[in-house]
Amino acid sequence: MMASLESVIAVTRFGLGAQPQELQAASADPRGWLKNQIRKQGADQPKGKLPDTPDRVATLFTLRGEIKDLKQEKSHSDMKPEDFKGERKDIILPMLKGVRDEIFARTVLAAQTTAPFRERWTLFWANHFTVSSSKLQSAVLCGPFEREAIRPNVFGRFEDLLIASSTHPGMLIYLDQARSAGPDSMAGQFRDMGLNENLAREIMELHTVGADAGYTQADVTEFARALTGFSVGAKRDSRSEQGRFVYRSLLHEPGTRKVMGKTYADRGMDQAMHILKDLAAHPKTAEHISRKLAVHFVADDPPPSLIEKLKTSFLESRGDLSALASALIDAPEAWQPEAHKFKTPYEFIVSGYRAAGAAPADPQKEVVLPLTVLGQRPFASPQPNGWSDAASDWAAPGAMVKRLTWASRFAEYYTQQSASPVDAALSALGERVSGSLKTALTRAESRTEAFAILLMSPEFQRR
Amino acid sequence: MSTFQLSRRHALTLGASIGVTFLANPVFALTTTAKRKLVVIVCRGAMDGLSVAVPIGDSNYANLRGDIAIPAKDALKLDSDFGLHPKLDGIYALARAGQARIAPAVAIPERIRSHFEAQDLLESGGAHLYGVSTGWLNRTLLSLAPGSAVSALSVGAQEPLILRGKAQVQSWSPGGRMTDEMDRVASVLQDLYKSDPLLGPALASGLSTEMTAEELGGDQAFQPRAVKKFATTTAKFLTKDGGPSIAVFSLDGFDTHANQGSSDGQLAIRLRSLDDVVTGLHEGLGDAWNDTALIAVTEFGRTARINGTRGTDHGTASTMILAGGALKKGGIVGDWPTLADNKLFENRDLAPTLDVRQVFKGMLADHMGVDRKALDTTVFPDSAIAPALTGLV
Repeated sequence: MMASLESVIAVTRFGLGAQPQELQAASADPRGWLKNQIRKQGADQPKGKLPDTPDRVATLFTLRGEIKDLKQEKSHSDMKPEDFKGERKDIILPMLKGVRDEIFARTVLAAQTTAPFRERWTLFWANHFTVSSSKLQSAVLCGPFEREAIRPNVFGRFEDLLIASSTHPGMLIYLDQARSAGPDSMAGQFRDMGLNENLAREIMELHTVGADAGYTQADVTEFARALTGFSVGAKRDSRSEQGRFVYRSLLHEPGTRKVMGKTYADRGMDQAMHILKDLAAHPKTAEHISRKLAVHFVADDPPPSLIEKLKTSFLESRGDLSALASALIDAPEAWQPEAHKFKTPYEFIVSGYRAAGAAPADPQKEVVLPLTVLGQRPFASPQPNGWSDAASDWAAPGAMVKRLTWASRFAEYYTQQSASPVDAALSALGERVSGSLKTALTRAESRTEAFAILLMSPEFQRR
Repeated sequence: MSTFQLSRRHALTLGASIGVTFLANPVFALTTTAKRKLVVIVCRGAMDGLSVAVPIGDSNYANLRGDIAIPAKDALKLDSDFGLHPKLDGIYALARAGQARIAPAVAIPERIRSHFEAQDLLESGGAHLYGVSTGWLNRTLLSLAPGSAVSALSVGAQEPLILRGKAQVQSWSPGGRMTDEMDRVASVLQDLYKSDPLLGPALASGLSTEMTAEELGGDQAFQPRAVKKFATTTAKFLTKDGGPSIAVFSLDGFDTHANQGSSDGQLAIRLRSLDDVVTGLHEGLGDAWNDTALIAVTEFGRTARINGTRGTDHGTASTMILAGGALKKGGIVGDWPTLADNKLFENRDLAPTLDVRQVFKGMLADHMGVDRKALDTTVFPDSAIAPALTGLV
């Protein structure tokens, strides 16, 4: 049976690419199939034994101690530099392996989930609130951040998601908030600590109102002053605070703050919370989020009417992300037949596994290495704005060769040798399969070669 | 089935055989233009210019920077006013030979402190944010004579905005080694992609470039940190007959808000990579280095004062590095505004004395033979106000 074009759109554009039988499952009621994946309790969690943030931070403290001891030993002996490096690596390695476990677990989830819209929606928010592995301390917290701050909140209120992100140790460490102190705070006066405006700026520019919202450097600095005190429990803190969000009044800059025209009285931690809530409800935030969603799901240059619909939903529902997801599904602009979006490397690889009805088995060889070569190692976005959604960023000539290399090797291992190549294509792409693709698949020298062609076809590369 | 059965070996010969029959600017005969090489290194995240070109002669520097100031004794002394960061020893050797210079206070045309907007402006070459959506190096290719032998290569997994636009450019990064089976799939794909305006040309160009890389011995296994090797392979591309004349690198990780470090530390590691890229190109280019000009540039600088977490926040002017055998000898490029309190921009940043576009335009005019009018209007729209800084090469 040929699946309807709408079910193909539901499964590839809103979902993560078809698993065997998935197009049939979606074809009776594509919109209902998508809406059934929205649930208040949030996203699915990756399976496996993955330590939470306090555990990770505790390990980090231990490792830091071991490295300190090692440095001591080096200074009191004639340890060779290469031996020092080797031992240091041995200490850090289990930590890095933990990062790999996180990457692997979420990729397996994406490859196997039967609620792929829920997962794509989640990946959008995880990318919106990027915590990157660019430093060791934040590297070990990328996975826990996504599981603890993002996944439970993706169908709740945007305000709660923003606060969960802005108070999570992963974000506070990644964007240098944890040690930021007001110049007139106790710590600023007596402990030679001072202001860091990184998190304040990125919350305004990237997470909420957007760079064109008309705020100034003074607004950023004022917000940064309000945020002082947002920190992470350290080794000297009580055990119940270690590795968790703590508010340190000793770091907090006293006084009234003025951000984007509004005055905020000094109520300690509530001052910044109040600003975060106002930023979450700001019409510029609604616009910024709506545009980003439209770009992610529909087209690099999305129809303004779609952005307007999403914005209306965001404002009328006061940032209810379940309502926003429904508004996206209900918008006719999101169902246009042309497939404008070009899959990012992560989407490409995940959809490859889904087409094969398989999941990766080896974390390093099948997930981390290929995605690194393709330029999208998970949790490693080079900058806090996260990964780009634009085709022009991913379809460079060299990148197309890397996709071809991956597809050919992947097909060697994962081609279903029982199905005909054309049937395999129909099961992945339904009505999208063109006449010329059918011809090419029929003429291929082997099923393996045909599968590589299918994965690289324009119909599969776009969604 | 299409008759456009393109094997990658074919693709290569096809790419290499595009001849040149016509040149609009007779002063720059084919041999000259194609011989001249231009390399642009985009340092992302706002590279701290005050640590790259250390103002050892400025009495305010040490106070403003505290712990993270580069001690004058560590700086590689250029003259009584400036020294280079100690990790830039390769570039320093070039400077001693008159083949590297610094422009210590350059900035993009608008005062922006968002990384992403500032990178957009730096790479698009617009006079205002969102003014143009393609890159100035791509428009440079379009402004050269039709059929010009000048083409460009981007090195890395993603294509940067600076090279994006109508002119087809090559891109390459390690890890794409091809087999014969892949050749067959590739030739089928050429047919399937023929009506896809993005994927078709991209794959054809990628296959041809990968083939070249294999010939040049650059098809090494993927090693994310081996920047010097990237640079040597890029040098091989640049020196190959009919190869690209322009190459672009991106380096990231310069956003040092906390624990920036001084002569060693976070920023020092990044500067070592930058130095490796420059020395890798210098070594790999051999004699062609004499025809090469290189620009290393960032979106903006960092605050003049150290911040509360031993780092620096988003600032305004930063340092640009110019290098290459084509460069003329000379001191610093542009004026030094000083770090005196009353000279800081908005009482926090090094003030700009030179527009990045002036240097870019000067290089493109003198080194690549780009028409002056095109520079003022199409390559850098509405930029007559920022005249080309000539005489650098």
